[in-house]
Amino acid sequence: MVQSTGSSSARPMERFRRAAAGRTGMLVALALVLAAIVVVAIVKGVPGTQLLSLFVRGVLLGGTLALGAIGVTLVYAVLKMANFAHGDTMTLGAYLGLVVVTLLPKGAPLAPFSFGYEFLVALLLVIPAVGLIAFGLDQLAFRPLRARRSQSIMFAMAALGLAFGIRSLVYIFWGADFTFFYTGRARPAVELFAGVRVRPDQLFILGLAVVLIVGVYLLLERTKIGKAMRATADNSDLARISGIDTKRVILWTWLIGGGLAGAGGMLYGLDVQLRPEMGWWLLLPLFAAVILGSIGNAYGALAGAFVIGIVWQMSGAFINPVYSQGIAFLVMIIVLIVRPEGLFGGRK
Amino acid sequence: MPLLTVERAVAGYGEMQVLRGVTLSVGEGEIVSIVGPNGAGKSTVMKLIFGLLKPWEGSITFDGRDVSGTAPEKLVRLGLSYVPQVDNVFPNLTVEENLDMGGYIRNGSLAEQKERVFELFPRLAERRKQRAGKMSGGERQMVAMGRALMLDPRLLMLDEPSAGLAPLLVDMIFDKIVEINRTGVAVLMVEQNAKKSLALANRGYVLATGQNQVDGQGRDLLENPEVARLYLGG
Amino acid sequence: MTALHLAKAALLAVPLWLLLSSVMRFKPSWLRHLASLAVGFGAAALITLVMPTGLLSYVTTFILMACVYAVLSVGLNVQWGYTGLFNIGIAAFYAIGAFTSALVTTKMPTGLNASFTKQLFGLGMPFWVGVLAAGVVAGVLAWLVGKPTLKLRDDYLAIATIGIAELVRLFFQNERWLANGPQPLRGIPQPLSCLSGDGCGWLPGFVNSFFAPLAPRDYPYIYVAIVALVLYLIYRVLERAIRSPWGRVLRAVREEEASAAMNGKDVAAFRMQAFVVGAVIMGIGGALYAHYIVSIDYSHFDPLNGTFLVWVMLMLGGSGNNRGAILGAFVVYAIWSGTSFVVDALRPALAAISPDLPSRGPYLRLLFISILLVFIVLFKPKGIIPEEKVVSLDRDLG
Repeated sequence: MVQSTGSSSARPMERFRRAAAGRTGMLVALALVLAAIVVVAIVKGVPGTQLLSLFVRGVLLGGTLALGAIGVTLVYAVLKMANFAHGDTMTLGAYLGLVVVTLLPKGAPLAPFSFGYEFLVALLLVIPAVGLIAFGLDQLAFRPLRARRSQSIMFAMAALGLAFGIRSLVYIFWGADFTFFYTGRARPAVELFAGVRVRPDQLFILGLAVVLIVGVYLLLERTKIGKAMRATADNSDLARISGIDTKRVILWTWLIGGGLAGAGGMLYGLDVQLRPEMGWWLLLPLFAAVILGSIGNAYGALAGAFVIGIVWQMSGAFINPVYSQGIAFLVMIIVLIVRPEGLFGGRK
Repeated sequence: MPLLTVERAVAGYGEMQVLRGVTLSVGEGEIVSIVGPNGAGKSTVMKLIFGLLKPWEGSITFDGRDVSGTAPEKLVRLGLSYVPQVDNVFPNLTVEENLDMGGYIRNGSLAEQKERVFELFPRLAERRKQRAGKMSGGERQMVAMGRALMLDPRLLMLDEPSAGLAPLLVDMIFDKIVEINRTGVAVLMVEQNAKKSLALANRGYVLATGQNQVDGQGRDLLENPEVARLYLGG
Repeated sequence: MTALHLAKAALLAVPLWLLLSSVMRFKPSWLRHLASLAVGFGAAALITLVMPTGLLSYVTTFILMACVYAVLSVGLNVQWGYTGLFNIGIAAFYAIGAFTSALVTTKMPTGLNASFTKQLFGLGMPFWVGVLAAGVVAGVLAWLVGKPTLKLRDDYLAIATIGIAELVRLFFQNERWLANGPQPLRGIPQPLSCLSGDGCGWLPGFVNSFFAPLAPRDYPYIYVAIVALVLYLIYRVLERAIRSPWGRVLRAVREEEASAAMNGKDVAAFRMQAFVVGAVIMGIGGALYAHYIVSIDYSHFDPLNGTFLVWVMLMLGGSGNNRGAILGAFVVYAIWSGTSFVVDALRPALAAISPDLPSRGPYLRLLFISILLVFIVLFKPKGIIPEEKVVSLDRDLG
């Protein structure tokens, strides 16, 4: 075979780009980013335990992010729509949870956590409630657009309208200030290992997130409706042709997506705080996770959420934490430029 | 009484008319082939029958009941099945999951139906855990047809089953169609490969510019020199 | 009619004249302008005489802000209406234009001030330099942002622009050395403010005496004429541009990307040009805003005021045409301001429901605007002034 030996500078560049865009290239790049963060942190004199703590915090945050990211990616998979209202759906969940917690008679905290039975009751109520509300909003705002085969911008505008509408309701009822599920409760940290300190609440949050995610996995893989959702996401016309009731599929998509978002909002509120902008500020990391994990891919969203969470927390070691969200954004931009189909994509 | 009749169907996309009055019928257990030049409206007829389009005029009757414009989800329950020309598998689902989707509306086990599909297409049995999107054109067509057979349909509609397949596979697919028909399933197919499809059809319709041109027994149409010259491409 | 009335009427005549001469279409243009000026002045005089001073002041500031928003809306129209670029980060260009003009036109703080106000630079340049600089810097930002992101599809471009806007906002909020963030940057000079003060040295005497009756608080009358003029110039330039070959290519790019590419035009370059042009206009809008408000900080450019409102304006007015953009700006700003009155009037009722409620008035208005947007999307997606569309046929027949 004749090998041309032309040494135009374009050739190695092109090969490098193609390699970088390949899946392994992406993974290597991610590993390099993480390594770079670690190196910079060490150079700046950040102690190892703190780095490790931040890593663990990143994993915890990733679990919460995953709840939102899976919802975003499921809605996209089935309905082919980027739901910009998803962040504020999480906000809605958090504040509805706050309503329940406030209304119920206050019980003692369930040691070693800082929350009481009210929080658990709130979770049980909020998850289906937000799922149903999300479905209701879809029927009101998005279904007519689907029937009309509107352009994607109409969906985005409608979603933005819903997002700001939800947020304005929160502002109206609770004001602009931040608040907590439980004020004035001690939230001591325990040592996990090697000097890494986490709060028991955070372990609960991660645990619950894992439980919910496993639940979604089982639903998608083992149940009929889950398979119908995957089929509809794969080829919606053929799903119809096979007799799958797309209306039910859409209902379950919103129930799951909205429910997870509601849970994610409550958990985030428990860990950090509640404020009306909380969901909107999570929108960017959510989409970064989803895009990194290939939009439409639930497992990718899970992986992406953990990566984003870790990068977000760890970069806070040496840059102003306000901007560490910007790091997530940067990762997303890099993915979009180099390999827009994400880590797991193979679609055109 | 025929299993399926289409009476003077007029339909189109948006404002553009494609069918200008098409009439055809399929009897129980028959193989009927629709042929004709490109743009004749052959695929449109299929989509119309299967409820993916609504007729502007005319009617469609299946098994004695009027199904004009009925949604696909309902037609599947009546015993009608459809294999589109493109995008006819779930690419990210395995072969087995594709078949599961075909039998979705049935409660209970689909094992028996799946076995029958695997008997019909042994190649698929070997590859049941493979993703449908990664299979060759011929294998994909088999998956597509297998999916459509999962509910034991009375009428199987195929839109250009041999499209894009190598000649050897074309023969194989047509053999399978005959085999399927022998189990009592009526077949209505649209085909570009007019010669081969008319050869195995009981009856055929020649469509052009959205209208019936000629129809008759498959063999007769094949041997009709006029038809051959105008529509069968020599 | 007092001298004060006359002065105010002369200034109010400017936006009216520009509006009339845009709406009326007869030629020759000098006749059209003359007629519009005459009618405009007449109408302005009438309004000035009849309306109570307070209301007149309010109307003037309303027209002023509506014009600023109209500039933003027109800029968005170039990006979205003409080229189909989905920019949800308007606030970024708005903010950067405002801060650039502020930095260019203010002087570096000295003495006691220097300990309160930190800024990167202060050139003390005149207003129009600030405005131009604002446009240029916004354009540069657009170019930088657009390079990696414009080739992405709709949803991704939207997310990227949201991200950019958030980053810009964070920057101006946290980087004290840049523009005194989060504290406001004050003392932004107002062009021709001397006219409503002691008189402008560089203007002839009779001009100064004509406007002498104006007090500093009447400055908005002067500024509304300036802003209306800038809006009009932008409008005329764009109207000319979209009828040019360049504009036709833009529309082709939006409708039928594949065939525009096949015509040999560099689609990516045109998208970038539209993105940059739109951003330049938004930057100018930001500068106009800064010189009116005099004191700005990051919170003026939040997603609501900076981005959301402008999209509602363009969607309501009708994207794809500049008149729609301007009309939408006025209508939505009227609704937005109107809700403020409604909420004020409802104060007692609100307070009866809950003592916290009256202070949350702005959020009630936000709720209203959000619902309005959803209504527009569902029931009037083409807006009030729809654009004529050319339907392209591309069907796969079976």
